[in-house]
Amino acid sequence: MEDREGCQVIVNLRVNDEIRSAVARPADTLLDVLREKLGLTGAKPGCKNGDCGACTVLVDGWPQKSCLVLAVEAVGQWITTIEGLKDTPIQRAFIEQWAFQCGYCTPGFIMNSHGLIQHHPNANDETIKDWLSSNICRCTGYREIKDAVTSVLKEK
Amino acid sequence: MIPIDFEYYRPAAADEAVRLFQQLSSQGKEPVYYSGGTEIITLARINLFQTRAVIDIKGIPECSALAFQDQKLVLGSALTLSRIYDSNVFPLLGEVAAGIADRTSRNKITLGGNLFSRLIYREAVLPLLLTDSVLLIAGRSGVKQIQIDRIFDRTMQVEKGDFVAAAMTDLNYLSMRYAAVKKRKIAEIDYPLVSLAAIRVDGMIRLAFSGVCAFPFRSRLMEEILNRGRQPLKSRIEEAVGQLPAPILSDIRGSAEYREYVLKNVLSESIRELGGA
Repeated sequence: MEDREGCQVIVNLRVNDEIRSAVARPADTLLDVLREKLGLTGAKPGCKNGDCGACTVLVDGWPQKSCLVLAVEAVGQWITTIEGLKDTPIQRAFIEQWAFQCGYCTPGFIMNSHGLIQHHPNANDETIKDWLSSNICRCTGYREIKDAVTSVLKEK
Repeated sequence: MIPIDFEYYRPAAADEAVRLFQQLSSQGKEPVYYSGGTEIITLARINLFQTRAVIDIKGIPECSALAFQDQKLVLGSALTLSRIYDSNVFPLLGEVAAGIADRTSRNKITLGGNLFSRLIYREAVLPLLLTDSVLLIAGRSGVKQIQIDRIFDRTMQVEKGDFVAAAMTDLNYLSMRYAAVKKRKIAEIDYPLVSLAAIRVDGMIRLAFSGVCAFPFRSRLMEEILNRGRQPLKSRIEEAVGQLPAPILSDIRGSAEYREYVLKNVLSESIRELGGA
């Protein structure tokens, strides 16, 4: 990756099990590169300030707000966006538990919840609350979202 | 979108990072060390941060260390706050760190980044101050070891071009009784009204604070007063609060009067919890 000030660089990202290349500025966030260069618009721009969680993706399996990650930082890491999840238990649970209304926050919540379930299959209420507090739902569907997570954990 | 352009470097060794810093400085690029980068990104986005080069220290092995060495715990400055909490190797630091921002943000925010935050809270410094931790500072003359209270005075006071590679804490401190309390205005995720960390060492309680004044601090004068066993606790607290190192903050999260009220309650609860009443 060559880097000269003001110049763009070629960033090779491992996204959803594929190597994807993009021309970007070193100052471009992962969120912007995913959406504008790679056409992966599942991660949503909300506050762009690390507060709302709508842009959450998994980086090496851990939820991260892609507005707080530079794309160049993510080179060499495994990035999973909502487009990379196919019929997972948490996606089915969101449908079964009516865990969304307008749907804008949903990809971020699902990515965070998926990360939680992978890392803490026996998560207690305190851990669930701690992790889910990273995301904001303007429609205030928090109860149903928590129910969706809990239902998957119970299945496990 | 971040409206400024900068170069991005990811050195693999501390001396390489220091050399890069010197080189980029001489070119007038005002480089900054970059770890979690959350504050740099959010401030740069709104034009409150300027640089023409960032040096990412996450590729430097010392900065990612989580190890026990010579009766000390070594925590790299690029470890995320979540990693420190999840590891449970330093429970007081883990608990204080878990009160910063939210879980997903803590998957990115690092120990070093919090110590050097431009915000006034920098809560991760509190446990390090209480445990006389030693910082490994990488600079032009190599890596120096400096006890944190010699280098932290309201903010980190490192020389230009130096950076903190790791913190070392004596293992004896890690199992001592402690208290960590963070009071916020309403929300569960917010900056503190009062954040207190305390540890009982050889029968004496050490205390450090954030959110009370415009900087985090540990006050040995306040500790001396608060540890006077024969004096009633309420009277000790009144006297100690009179010895704060700066005026109590008064802002949108709480007036100075309210913060003082909260501080006194937090002190009372924490000292009782640690058997110092």
